[in-house]
Amino acid sequence: MAQTKKIVNNGDRAVDEMLEGLVAAHPAHLVRLADDPRAIVARNGPRPGKVGLVVGGGSGHEPTFVGFVGKGLADACAIGNVFASPPPDPILACTKAVDGGAGVLYLYGNYAGDVMNFDMAAEMAAMEDIEVRTVITTDDVASAPRDRRGTRRGVAGNFFVFKAAGAACDRGLALDDVVRVAEHANDRTFTMGVALAPCSLPQTRRPNFELGEDEMEIGMGIHGEPGVARGPLKPADAIVDEMMDRILEEMAAARGERVAVLVNGLGSTPLMELYIMNRRVRQRLDEAGLEVHATWVGNWCTSLEMAGASVTCMHLDAELTSLLEHPCDCAMFRV
Amino acid sequence: MAIDGDRLREVVSAIAADIEANRDELCRLDGVIGDADHGIAMAGGFGAARDAVVAMEPLSDPTAVMNMAAKAFLNAGGGSSGPLYATALMRAGAVVKGKAELEDADVVAMLQAMAVGIRDRGKAEPGQKTMLDAWAPAALAAGDALAAGKDLASCLDSAVAAAREGAEATKAMMPAKGRAERLGERAVGHVDPGAASTVVVIEAIRRSLAG
Repeated sequence: MAQTKKIVNNGDRAVDEMLEGLVAAHPAHLVRLADDPRAIVARNGPRPGKVGLVVGGGSGHEPTFVGFVGKGLADACAIGNVFASPPPDPILACTKAVDGGAGVLYLYGNYAGDVMNFDMAAEMAAMEDIEVRTVITTDDVASAPRDRRGTRRGVAGNFFVFKAAGAACDRGLALDDVVRVAEHANDRTFTMGVALAPCSLPQTRRPNFELGEDEMEIGMGIHGEPGVARGPLKPADAIVDEMMDRILEEMAAARGERVAVLVNGLGSTPLMELYIMNRRVRQRLDEAGLEVHATWVGNWCTSLEMAGASVTCMHLDAELTSLLEHPCDCAMFRV
Repeated sequence: MAIDGDRLREVVSAIAADIEANRDELCRLDGVIGDADHGIAMAGGFGAARDAVVAMEPLSDPTAVMNMAAKAFLNAGGGSSGPLYATALMRAGAVVKGKAELEDADVVAMLQAMAVGIRDRGKAEPGQKTMLDAWAPAALAAGDALAAGKDLASCLDSAVAAAREGAEATKAMMPAKGRAERLGERAVGHVDPGAASTVVVIEAIRRSLAG
């Protein structure tokens, strides 16, 4: 099979060359630590007395995770190889860089590799007397039944959970309260995705799974892991209905309540299709009597060049609404 | 020939070479039920471990060699194989602490310590379709062979055979750990990539130590 076409120099250098370009593009927002080039820190984020927020994960999901580093959101991001957790060293470097004496929160998606590496970093931080707490995002409704919510993976819903937690840190909440906010935000965030075509890693440039010409796959992960159900490609409204049926059932919101919406492209799906999807999302939310407080449509949590999309709804309350509205200034995201 | 730190450095290099040779096949296996990067992570990890131990002073003791390999592996690959193999290598080093030359029983004890380290770090149990399903039977078989009075080459032969059987057995298992867990029944019929790479690792150990 032919290799996929990519604009790279050397697949093994792709992440580091991306970071060189990233800090060149965003000097006002991002600093690459001199002693650990896989640790990216917000220029105006960390400060004494504030809980530090460290996020991170594999590369290939940009603007997740590094695009959410900035004042009012994440203070630092540990960068992994493509689709692979960062090792403990850059996580620990981020931790030290953002520790303002009020403790540090690790916030990332639920994947075995990330959990092991962040846990090892937390053990190392404890040896240096930095208090670290961890909240793991589990918004992917398709990845496990509701009674095993804790085993679900974290996907595009990171956007809302990171935003709420970052705002809580910026407002000066104590570590216990930031943890509570992050857990609450995660509990009320629900994502369903669909894949139309696979992606390929820069190192191998081979499609990471096969999908028939007329097929779609519901429930894929943001690493291109195969999903949980495969079927013929349907019209946009039918795809969104399958997603929204599950999301609305899980969210169990009462008429008159408010939600925030994220319609997310996985890499190569055009905005046109995402807006067509959002049209149906809005119709379904209207039918359910839910008020849309805010909507974001775009490529927020990608899987390299995968074709497909996800829909995330955050079930708002007064606290979460206020945290979403709190200003933030990141390289790739502003409120 | 006595097994000292220098021989262990050769073992690490042998593993790195064999994993590199199997890199794309391991990625292909992982692409079926995972995210297609297992070969990359393993090749990166053992490649870094090799580079680190090759650069060590000759006559470094076995524990120092294992710790050096562990630290290099941990911070090279990331992913899940990083913490798992780093823990395994550190445990292997700890179990022979203070020894400059290793007996057959020491090498078997290192294999057993690696299996325990992988189980502890990954919080997996046998039967969950992970690398532990190759590591645990391999360590057990090596221990049984040693107890039966076999020499190191025979112990490692037994370990290889058990690792192969264990990896093969993962095909029938439902995943309960790691990324494949979310696939449920769809992963049945496919070998676990971590178990497949375990076979490569243990075969390289045997080739390097027992010819």
